[in-house]
Amino acid sequence: MAYLINCPHCGIRTTDEFYIRGDASKARPAEIGDGTMDQWHDYVHIRDNVRGLMAEHWHHTGGCRQWLVVERDTVNHEVYAVSPANKWKPAAPAKAKVRARK
Amino acid sequence: MKYSIFSLARNSLTGHKNWQPAWRSPEPRKDYDVIIVGGGGHGLATAYYLAKIHGITNVAVLEKGYLGGGNVGRNTTIIRSNYLLPGNNPFYEKSLQLWEGLEQDFNFNAMVSQRGVINLFHSDGQRDAYVRRGNAMRMHGVDAEILDRHDIRQKLPFLNHDNGRFPIMGGLMQRRGGTVRHDAVAWGFARGADMHGVDIIQHCEVTGIRREKGRVTGVETSKGYIGCKKIGLAAAGNSTTVAKMAGLDLPIDSHVLQAFVSEGIKPWIDKVVTFGVGHFYISQSDKGGLVFGGDIDGYNSYAQRGNLPMVEHVIECGLAMIPSLSRSRVLRSWGGIMDMSMDGSPIIDKTHIDNLYLNAGWCYGGFKATPASGWCFAHTIANDAPHELNSKMRLDRFRTGYVMDETAHGAQANLH
Repeated sequence: MAYLINCPHCGIRTTDEFYIRGDASKARPAEIGDGTMDQWHDYVHIRDNVRGLMAEHWHHTGGCRQWLVVERDTVNHEVYAVSPANKWKPAAPAKAKVRARK
Repeated sequence: MKYSIFSLARNSLTGHKNWQPAWRSPEPRKDYDVIIVGGGGHGLATAYYLAKIHGITNVAVLEKGYLGGGNVGRNTTIIRSNYLLPGNNPFYEKSLQLWEGLEQDFNFNAMVSQRGVINLFHSDGQRDAYVRRGNAMRMHGVDAEILDRHDIRQKLPFLNHDNGRFPIMGGLMQRRGGTVRHDAVAWGFARGADMHGVDIIQHCEVTGIRREKGRVTGVETSKGYIGCKKIGLAAAGNSTTVAKMAGLDLPIDSHVLQAFVSEGIKPWIDKVVTFGVGHFYISQSDKGGLVFGGDIDGYNSYAQRGNLPMVEHVIECGLAMIPSLSRSRVLRSWGGIMDMSMDGSPIIDKTHIDNLYLNAGWCYGGFKATPASGWCFAHTIANDAPHELNSKMRLDRFRTGYVMDETAHGAQANLH
């Protein structure tokens, strides 16, 4: 269930303590200026709206106030991994865990 | 068969044994002029208006589940046109006007009830915002009036008027707003489209969109390949999934919105009322159940069911607004998957692929828009160009900067 989140700093907390920013797969474009509009449009407006395992940025607003990456299944709400955002990399171990369960 | 007092009398004399199904259940043909992906309210309305207004009857509506199983049967049945922005207001007013004549138009009792919608305000600032909205509505020719605290006390005596933190100071009322029986909307449009020759194919999931030379030529489905000249996507919460089949990335997140109904009670709330402090809206169905809802859960979801924190939040809002609500029991709750766009407004447009059209991004305002959405989408498909009413609901507005953000929250879908 997405109801309980195991925060790496605070332990198990309910979802109402968190602010959810969403899709963590997007990287902020390095450049600004002419010729980068497409990248910025993609970064600001387009989301990888995954049906299945998805990594999202969650902010523990009502706790440690740290940014986290929550890896969740958007179909059954199961949470597979919660990591500090600055240590998380795409294709993290959660995917292997999903495979192991199936 | 046309439904009338005579057909009712004739069938009652024969013991109601000769009623015909309201629509056929045909197997798909090899190809169609237009395929609509998604047999929800918007898809069925599109097919209905394509056939009725534009004379395009070689149409199939493909639905992966059953009619009325998606968002058209998972909402709180409210209709209104109290929008602020020029690109939205005339569209929603068109929708309300279509609701007003809909039952005669498609010969089906959808129980349209213009009982009035009241948005409560609780501070001077909020009153100013609602006065502004009301003025914007009246400038578009839409009915709106401001009620003071005395009017509210008279109309809705059961509210918590003297809440210490959030006293009720008045409300913005649209008398022409109200409720509609949502299942009957799906059935009425389905029957109307079917009578014009549209094939409604249930339990037929689209699994791929075939493209040749930059054009779409047909869809792969669970019932085999079906060819077509044009495709209209109206898949609500699954819009991004379907659009990806054509290589299209959308500015949309899917979120779960919960709604609730109480046990049936005697007539009590004869308006649609919205709370101005938390996000909460309530009305009473003709069966007597109190129908109410609040915010989306906040995380991406395709689950059609939500979690307990939002249940608690919605009920808390309800009790703050109507303390006596605590004496009634929740009978059922359900979730629907909302296609939340990045500015909170919908998209009815052509895509960069010539014969592929898109109807998506309804956030949680899709039900009231059903007739106008179908009307405008049918126009857009038939003429290969948007109607003036949906001329601002473009897909490229996020790129060009012409977004329509009613609440000014920016590109954060779960805040709209």
